[in-house]
Amino acid sequence: MANKLICDMELPKSIANIFAARNIITAKDALSLTEFELMELLDVGLSDVKSALAHISEIVSPPYQTALLLMEQRIGNEQLGGHLSTRLKGLDAALCGGIPFGVLTEVVGPAGIGKTQFCLKLSLLASLPAHYGGLDGRVIYIDVESKFSSRRMIEIGARSFPEIFHLKGMAQEMAGRILVLRPTSLSEFTESLQQIKVSLLQDQVKLLVIDSMVALVSGEHEQGAHRQHPLGWHISFIKSLAEFSRIPVVVTNQVRSQNRDESCPYSFQVQDKGKTIEDSTRYDSHLVAALGIHWAHAVTIRLVLEAKSGQRFIKVAKSPISPPLAFPFNITSSGISLLTDDGTKLIGPEINTICCQGHNGIINFDGERLH
Amino acid sequence: MEISRLPISASQRGKLISAGYTSLSSLSSVSSSALASDLRISESEAVEILKVASRGSRLGWSDGTNSVINGAQNAWDMLHEEESLTCITTSCADLDNILGGGINCKEVMEIGGVPGIGKTQLGIQLAVNVQIPREFGGLGGKAIYIDTEGSFMVERALQIAEACVEDMSEYSRFLRNDVQACQVKIQPKDILENIFYFRICSYTEQIALINYLEKFMSEHKDVKLVIVDSITFHFRQDFDDMALRTRVLGGISLKLMKLAKEFSLAVVLLNQVTTKYTDGSFQLTLALGDSWSHSCTNRVILYWNGDERYAYIDKSPSLQSASAPYSVTSRGIRNSAPRKYCSDHQSNV
Repeated sequence: MANKLICDMELPKSIANIFAARNIITAKDALSLTEFELMELLDVGLSDVKSALAHISEIVSPPYQTALLLMEQRIGNEQLGGHLSTRLKGLDAALCGGIPFGVLTEVVGPAGIGKTQFCLKLSLLASLPAHYGGLDGRVIYIDVESKFSSRRMIEIGARSFPEIFHLKGMAQEMAGRILVLRPTSLSEFTESLQQIKVSLLQDQVKLLVIDSMVALVSGEHEQGAHRQHPLGWHISFIKSLAEFSRIPVVVTNQVRSQNRDESCPYSFQVQDKGKTIEDSTRYDSHLVAALGIHWAHAVTIRLVLEAKSGQRFIKVAKSPISPPLAFPFNITSSGISLLTDDGTKLIGPEINTICCQGHNGIINFDGERLH
Repeated sequence: MEISRLPISASQRGKLISAGYTSLSSLSSVSSSALASDLRISESEAVEILKVASRGSRLGWSDGTNSVINGAQNAWDMLHEEESLTCITTSCADLDNILGGGINCKEVMEIGGVPGIGKTQLGIQLAVNVQIPREFGGLGGKAIYIDTEGSFMVERALQIAEACVEDMSEYSRFLRNDVQACQVKIQPKDILENIFYFRICSYTEQIALINYLEKFMSEHKDVKLVIVDSITFHFRQDFDDMALRTRVLGGISLKLMKLAKEFSLAVVLLNQVTTKYTDGSFQLTLALGDSWSHSCTNRVILYWNGDERYAYIDKSPSLQSASAPYSVTSRGIRNSAPRKYCSDHQSNV
């Protein structure tokens, strides 16, 4: 709507001509200027500018919906009430049925914790026929880190849904629905995102997985506070993709070690800074999600995978629907499985910390920091 | 006052000045036909200019009524008006306390905090609470929810609405002895129906919608709350010209303030946080920069204090700077449970 042409808006002819003559073509051009800037530029009176702007604004404003209508639409039109079940009972219950459609869900955790396993399982679930509880559609899997393993995926499928995968030809059909893209640079990724936009609508795509966002930027930019900006466009584009095609989008994120002076309080908290530093040394790890706070604002649901004293946990760290819960899990041949469906409720910002100790493939972050 | 400050087009202004009309007083005695011939413009155009000019000059004069200046209001009247206004409760008594009863109508309130602290939750809670009927001490109004991020969850709104209706019927049962039982007529579905949801996908749409709100509001007079979740999102992506950003945001906040005054409604803007490098260390601060921080009357920051969520009044002309704990429960925003209770009952919530 933002690029709607002013000449199509049925403004009075005389005013519309002036806009065109001053090269103010779209609504975006007109609305980025203040009334007085427009008066100067167009050389017309205040009342004319005001009424023209009011008219343009009214046309560009999206229509409203009541929340009730929104709910009825979602429940009525969408498979499974707008959620993709993860088949992890506790997690599904916490998220009102699973990964919601139309928003970004982020999976963050240290290397080797099971992020990719989680994504593989979700891809399978989305491709399953509807009568098995799947979404019966295609999956686009953007595999930036080259970690996608089709063998592992078939294994997960055969173990979790033997009744489907032992039917002849089913494994082939299911795997055939999962399209893997391997962009090698940010620009290539940008290009494939734009192509995806078209195919999402045409080809019955029901899930988009991006594994992972960080690898794209970390390849091209130095580590630093300004990492988030190169992804600004991508964030809003991916969000709008999810929104308009009403599909779940799952994105993985890595972790990095936190700089000591980065444990930043607000300025009014500074007086008790001594205390906070003490607090942070108490934590046994200093991991934070890569891609800074800007990105963290953009995701609607954040799932943290972590390992603590040898036990892996999946935590619902940010979600508008779920209380902060943590579920212990392990990884079996059928993928991720929860050890218990009753999550432990966590209090405080502990839900956001990412621990990484005592599981296989641990990297010694403490040693790394000494260099 | 000078001609150059009149809201007329540049060419008309140029003609006026070159014909010697530099001040408003020089226009006050001239007739429209004389002006038309002086400036070589049509008579109707001259009438328009004179109209604008007389409107401009009247501003400084007393017009015989109570107020010395047109449109001004004395502080005593304002006090009375403020006292008669009801606040929108946040459903958290501690938070209401430091806010002086809740979110005030006629004011613009900015609320910011780190991801996952509960900004959207608070937004949804307020959109539900504004509808509490007058019998229960609420406003009985409707809400506009402007969603720029796509984070509004209708399932969550339903949960909060259901809890709110339950609380109200509990409250009426509690009062039944003294007052005649006022039945809770409002249903969760009605609450959802009274939330007008706008989904904004670009900053142009955001500007357009804020412009359009005035008209929308005059058609829906019972709207008492506007929530923008978040004001920041589109302005943080894809916006290179920072000077333009400041101008546009300034315009938005002025328009919202005008709306708040005109229709006596509350405006709540949710903001994201960013890190800022000051004094050799990184500090958290609300996004959109320093000039933006001047444009909101009230600013509340939500933050983690140890294991609890706290709200801190960062800026307000009338409230004491204070902080209060709150918690996000499955029923919505509530008082923070006392510590002892927390540790005892941790697992069964």
